[in-house]
Amino acid sequence: MAGIVSPGFFGRRRVAGASLPPGQYLVRDFPVLSAGPTPRVSHDTWEFRIVTETGEKRGWDWAAFTALPAEDITVDLHCVTKWSKLGTSWRGVSVDTLLDGIETSAEYALALSYGGYTTNLPLSALVDGKAWLAFSYDGSDLTPEHGGPVRLLVPHLYLWKSAKWVRGIDLRLREERGFWEQLGYHNDGDPWLEQRYSAD
Amino acid sequence: MARAAVLGRLTWRVGTLVAFRDETEFARTLVFSIPDWPGHDAGQHVDVRLTAPDGYSTQRSYSIASAAGGDLVELTVERLADGEVSPYLSQVLSIGDQIELRGPVGGWFVWDPSLAAQVLLVAGGSGVVPLMSMVRTRAKFGSHVPFRLVYSVRDPGSVLFGAELAELQRVDSSFEVHYAFTRTTPAGVARPAGRIDATYLADAGFSAGLAPAVFVCGPTGFVETVANLLVAAGHDAGRVKTERFGPSGSQR
Repeated sequence: MAGIVSPGFFGRRRVAGASLPPGQYLVRDFPVLSAGPTPRVSHDTWEFRIVTETGEKRGWDWAAFTALPAEDITVDLHCVTKWSKLGTSWRGVSVDTLLDGIETSAEYALALSYGGYTTNLPLSALVDGKAWLAFSYDGSDLTPEHGGPVRLLVPHLYLWKSAKWVRGIDLRLREERGFWEQLGYHNDGDPWLEQRYSAD
Repeated sequence: MARAAVLGRLTWRVGTLVAFRDETEFARTLVFSIPDWPGHDAGQHVDVRLTAPDGYSTQRSYSIASAAGGDLVELTVERLADGEVSPYLSQVLSIGDQIELRGPVGGWFVWDPSLAAQVLLVAGGSGVVPLMSMVRTRAKFGSHVPFRLVYSVRDPGSVLFGAELAELQRVDSSFEVHYAFTRTTPAGVARPAGRIDATYLADAGFSAGLAPAVFVCGPTGFVETVANLLVAAGHDAGRVKTERFGPSGSQR
């Protein structure tokens, strides 16, 4: 596109040293974007389960989940609605830990949430220390508005891939598109490639 | 949903400002002509990209205020005191000026005028903008689906589209607007200033038993509160669509 320049527009220059993906701007607060009412899930009833392509299931209730080894995580967040927030602090369980010992030849994953939300990812985007099930933000229990009790955290992709209120991951041989992916958003959602919408 | 399925690449297009209207002290409606604009559904938004003379550029999303279909795209932009883009759009951009836009974006928070279910719209402040697109689309397409707009706004001077809403209500008994003024009420309004609560929603909105389609748009704290009230009142969470903006806890 031949650049359309706005002579009277100056804009707010980036903070020195801040590295942002294309088209993103920095925020200091933590916006909330959700497509519907916030589900309320208590620790008593919360469950998470992984189902493989053969139907093999593995599940955790709250006690079993919180007994798993957890990590402190400091990552940058990039939302497709253009805001980025740098240096956020979480605590969670690596997806590698959850997948440990599970036999699968699946290449795709579909994350499922309380409230019906879904998002799809290649399994490769979730492993090797790139994704977590986060239960704490900034030293406190994750609030329902931000996806508590537990949300998926996949910080290398746009934040809609980090499913709030996550209740499971299905491992699949074939890809099935999730909620926003069916509604015109990009299948992969890499912020550094600015993969916002389906054909970006 | 049909549109989403056929979405091709969303390319940046050049929009030319052909008209504007000041809605309030802080909000201006911008009317853009965009060649090859594919049309939009009620409730969708566009991305706007501004580029400074030195090449710096930044993007924001704005809800479309105008009715579905049509060649012109109207954005109603509220000026944020600390905003990077909204002061330029609402105060500097002049007739004939061009900016880049792409869209329409969003296939969820949309109302289809062929649907029969009654519709409850709940707006907080400038969250009324995408809901206004639905109200205008309903009028444009001659739909008589019962619509109720519950509009929470700080004071009478902050109401967007007030005259148009009053006229639509006057000519159509199946369209109602209910204001909830949070700080200052106009003369003659009995309800004291205050936020929307369960009682007000029950009185002004459709009951859960009628299974209305519900759209809630506004600042995060507002939408969170209203959506929780609706679910507590028995509305099926799957029929309550929300669009939130701004930082968590903000009550802009």
